[in-house]
Amino acid sequence: MAVMNIREAILSTLHAEMERDSDIMLLGEDVVGGNGTAGGPEAIGGIWGTSAGLWAKFGPDRVIDTPISESAIVGAAAGAALAGKRPVAELMFADFVGVSLDQLWNQMAKFRYMFGGKTRCPAVVRMVYGAGMQTAAQHSQSVYALLTAMPGLKVVLPTTPADAKGLLTEALRGDDPVMFFEHKALYGVKGEVPEGEYRIPFGQARMVREGGDVTVVACGRMVNFAEKAADKLAADGIGVDLIDLRTTSPMDEDAVLDSVEQTGRLVVVDESPPRCSLAADIAALVAARAFTSLKAPPALVTGPHAPIPFSRVLERAWLPSPQTVEDAVRRTLAFR
Amino acid sequence: MLQLGHDQLLGAYRRMATIRAFEERLHEEIKTGEIAGFTHLYAGQEAVAVGICDQLTIEDKIVSTHRGHGHCIAKGCDVKGMMLEIYGRAGGLCKGRGGSMHIADLDVGMLGANGIVGGGAPQAVGAALAAKVDGKGRVGVAFSGDGACNQGTTFEAMNLAVVTRAPAIFVFENNHYSEHTGDAYAVGTARDIASRAEAFGMKVWRANGCDFFDTYEAFRDLLEHVRGGGGPAAIELDTERFYGHFEGDPQRYRGPGEIDRIRAERDCLKGFRARVTGAGLLAGAELDAVDAEVAALIDAAVAEARAAADPDPATVADDVYAEYH
Ligand SMILES: Cc1ncc(C[n+]2csc(CCOP(=O)(O)OP(=O)(O)O)c2C)c(N)n1
Ligand SMILES: [Mg+2]
Repeated sequence: MAVMNIREAILSTLHAEMERDSDIMLLGEDVVGGNGTAGGPEAIGGIWGTSAGLWAKFGPDRVIDTPISESAIVGAAAGAALAGKRPVAELMFADFVGVSLDQLWNQMAKFRYMFGGKTRCPAVVRMVYGAGMQTAAQHSQSVYALLTAMPGLKVVLPTTPADAKGLLTEALRGDDPVMFFEHKALYGVKGEVPEGEYRIPFGQARMVREGGDVTVVACGRMVNFAEKAADKLAADGIGVDLIDLRTTSPMDEDAVLDSVEQTGRLVVVDESPPRCSLAADIAALVAARAFTSLKAPPALVTGPHAPIPFSRVLERAWLPSPQTVEDAVRRTLAFR
Repeated sequence: MLQLGHDQLLGAYRRMATIRAFEERLHEEIKTGEIAGFTHLYAGQEAVAVGICDQLTIEDKIVSTHRGHGHCIAKGCDVKGMMLEIYGRAGGLCKGRGGSMHIADLDVGMLGANGIVGGGAPQAVGAALAAKVDGKGRVGVAFSGDGACNQGTTFEAMNLAVVTRAPAIFVFENNHYSEHTGDAYAVGTARDIASRAEAFGMKVWRANGCDFFDTYEAFRDLLEHVRGGGGPAAIELDTERFYGHFEGDPQRYRGPGEIDRIRAERDCLKGFRARVTGAGLLAGAELDAVDAEVAALIDAAVAEARAAADPDPATVADDVYAEYH
């Protein structure tokens, strides 16, 4: 086991997989950084540090700095995938999905189905998401619910370095388009990462802890918030089953249902507005399939139905927090 | 030299100096950690914002970029309101909801800075089409960078403006970098953006965006063309950004001595001062007095912003809709 952070886990996985499979190519804005400047290529090496050194190692045909053109970035990834390659497209911020949406929604997601199952589209779109750093309304969003709603796309959200490696490897070995979400506040999170080949199948949630009194389902950074809440609750003798979904499409429905059947109480934590959210999706799943197990109404911890504000105090008010998760758990347990 | 009178020249200097002082002060204040998020400083490009906005009326609309402070000040946004916004205060121009990247003031025709590169150009065409309906000779102006000129939205906006003969103006501020990538790499038309606009069927101008007078004169001709019903037009300004892409950028892509050189050779404020004092149009002492006034204004803005109240967290979901039942 090596100890590294999520950033390093992603970079080293890209290195290893690109070495192993010459069909993998990377494209995005400033993934090389410095092209056309005095400093030269690799002067920066990706603004998130997740592509440093790849250009030097794999060359400009496989590691491509693009102009600011998200439709073309994602569309080119779609086309390269149809043409037999395994492109990894990087969106500097997940919010820019808005610029490229047609290439995801009407193109990449639907090829296989529209073409009668005859095609593969193994493109990975890595995108940096999440609030908490005052990056305001157009650089903070967690658009995973939107993409989860699109048949044809797989959606992945690692929360640990080991998961980042295992899930990215899986994404790069599969034959479907994968939306790979990297939370900007999680890049520095450290942990042990298995050496050598390591894959985590999609659709398998991670049981972060088992406590038996209440089921808390989360993904991405919300898992960390839920863990903090669970620590505090544990001190009061309240045991939390904490489930990190890891992938929202496909989703490990059994993990959620099995736990709720035991606890009878559900809290979902989702870093997005409440309408048509992942929280709503999971609450619906549980209401439909575990209704008789429920002892309390599902509690949804989300942001409000509003864009993400800039001001520190407003952004805090917008975001779920360990405290709001803890409060929701206590409310759920108090329900009679 | 131009037909600008004493007050116009002094006003132009005041606006350019205000932008410079605002940005230089932010560069310092950001280091204190009191201002978070992304802040993109406009220092170095002042002659563009002021050379252009000084010729617009309050009814003309501009659409800005992520590097929007200069456009805001030049178009007449309240400097204190902007500073409060950048500090995320309740009294900010956008109540602290927007921050540096999303400052807007519709009352002065500033339709908004934009965090999405390429997001603005179509909106400027919309403003221009609205102006066409109103028939009062107003224009819609899109500011875009050498990076934004590569977005499909920019191309679509240019073609839409041409086919509708909208009084739209595309201002391309070529500061030679989009984040950390050079225009030599990313702008495929041999670093030339104006030729793209020309290919879409527009009349184009080119000017030195570090020279207020050159920018002003070229834009004066352009504006005459557009206001006169000649259809949309574009101008490419060769300019420089003095700081990093955002505050915190290590700028390893710059050549040795590059910043010293551009500050020595292409500083629009120094150039302006030399021209107007050399020609006897303004006295050095007048400019010094403006510098002092501006410094006091920025001091006061920062002091006010630091002391100002944060928004009430209970208002977080206000202002999403005009009405919602
Ligand atoms: C759609 C979109 N893609 C990428 C970015 C990230 N980004 C912000 S500014 C910028 C560079 C813009 O370059 P340019 O248009 O030349 O403006 P400048 O920064 O030089 O003022 C990039 C890539 C963004 N904000 N929006
Ligand atoms: Mg630029």
